[in-house]
Amino acid sequence: MERYYQPEIECASREQILAWQNERLVKQVRHVWENVPYYRRKMEEKGVAPEDIRGVEDLHRLPFLTKDDLREAYPYGLLAKPLADCVRIQSTSGTTGRRVVAFYTQHDVDLWEDCCARAVMAAGGTSEDVCHVSYGYGLFTGGPGLNGGSHKVGCLTLPMSSGNTDRQLQFMVDLGSTILCCTPSYAAYLAESIHERGLRDQIRLKAGIFGAEAWSEEMRRDIEAKLGIKAYDIYGLTETSGPGVAFECSAQTGMHINEDHFIAEIIDPDTGEVLPEGTKGELVFSSITKEAFPLLRYRTRDICVLTREKCACGRTHVKMCKPMGRSDDMLIVKGVNVFPSQIETVLLEQGYPANYQIIVDRVNNSDTLEVMVEMTPENFSDSLGAITEMEKGLVAALKAMLGIYAKVRLVAPKTIARSEGKAVRVIDKRKI
Amino acid sequence: MTIVQLSVFLENRAGQLSSVTELLAQNSVDMQALNIAETADYGVLRLIVDAPLKAAALLREQGFIVRETPVVQAPVPDRPGGLNCVLRTIAEAEIDIEYMYSVLGQRNGLAYMVFRVADVERLDAVLSGVV
Repeated sequence: MERYYQPEIECASREQILAWQNERLVKQVRHVWENVPYYRRKMEEKGVAPEDIRGVEDLHRLPFLTKDDLREAYPYGLLAKPLADCVRIQSTSGTTGRRVVAFYTQHDVDLWEDCCARAVMAAGGTSEDVCHVSYGYGLFTGGPGLNGGSHKVGCLTLPMSSGNTDRQLQFMVDLGSTILCCTPSYAAYLAESIHERGLRDQIRLKAGIFGAEAWSEEMRRDIEAKLGIKAYDIYGLTETSGPGVAFECSAQTGMHINEDHFIAEIIDPDTGEVLPEGTKGELVFSSITKEAFPLLRYRTRDICVLTREKCACGRTHVKMCKPMGRSDDMLIVKGVNVFPSQIETVLLEQGYPANYQIIVDRVNNSDTLEVMVEMTPENFSDSLGAITEMEKGLVAALKAMLGIYAKVRLVAPKTIARSEGKAVRVIDKRKI
Repeated sequence: MTIVQLSVFLENRAGQLSSVTELLAQNSVDMQALNIAETADYGVLRLIVDAPLKAAALLREQGFIVRETPVVQAPVPDRPGGLNCVLRTIAEAEIDIEYMYSVLGQRNGLAYMVFRVADVERLDAVLSGVV
């Protein structure tokens, strides 16, 4: 029996959803026009005024926002409410070191948590459940989002955050966790640890809500079998709120986008043209209920397909497939966004050549990041201590920039492979 | 005596060291001492050769990263306690040794060691007349 957090919304008729979207979009465009000079300028440049947007059918007339805009407008340029009305900031790593900061009013936090609550209930969550949240807490949206959703459903919430596997497993056993929320790679790692320690009979997990990084159907089946659970996908990005923009239901055939809050479009990443439903392209979101940080036509760079086919779960909101790739060079490593340009910035700052190679792999279901850097005569020394000190400095600077550990491997000059004179910057060995 | 040591950056993979020795052999450069400090990924090869300037130029031509460092080469009596005697003198002068290694073979009953210190001139002065 499928259960819903907000059945009147989640199972509303298509006409009703469209009516909400029309009304909210018109209102949101007016709100942005009046409060975000940055976007107003973009609209003026395109010759679009708020009165030109009468509903969803006019959405395509609005200008796009990209990560570059977020960088340029950092930190307050896209803020649509006075700071006094904001109660929260979340952040994600962005290109060339500038972070993306997103602002929330209390109302924004409430609606975000509603979205996460829908995901928790779609995964079978009730007030009887113990929801074990192992996403990172802090600036990363994973922990706070699922934490809020779990609260709203009334689950007993364990704010575990990530890491410290021994404690994760102990609480899971002692407190009888029934729903696990974390990245799929961490879920696979926990499943492995549970298996190794023979704890399978002592855990009570029934479901998992896993997102923030790419994972395959094969990995899903593997985690499900090892933990004896049903594993649900969840999607989101800090720019639009965080996890819960879309979530999977029991049908496990795509993620329902919360269309009462976000309008999704699929565009051709090269031309920006809107593509017909069912076509593969870049996913674009417009936030139509957010107050503080209402991004219109934000290009996610995620490539996917939308479908409005009737879903067995009873929900009527459009479904998106798992992202099939990116239309830019962003990598997602351990749930964290990594741009090669960020690594390049650090290397140059630290006096290394910009000739580097990034190797991403998945070892024991956990992502690894290695940066190969060529040694230079200036950085070389007869003292091993001096070289390792410098290496440590580079590792620390990369950690500060990316938020995750990257192994540095110093190699001889001219050993980094080049193809047709152009260096291959990224080698992703993960089989997803 | 203060001499020039060559340090060469080598990745830890098969054939790296022999590519250096091959180059030196082909050009009749005589190696007198050799030492390697390594991590899991790379090593620093330290060399004392009879013609350091020529060897450094040859290595650089082949794309190696080379650094020249002044070091002290000092004789050590080739008998029990010989090295200890030299090290005691260095310790008494409160000189820190970054690293040291021995020169291949012996001459006239003396072994030779190479010392890397911050102030080579001072060490050279301290050791002159010890043996």
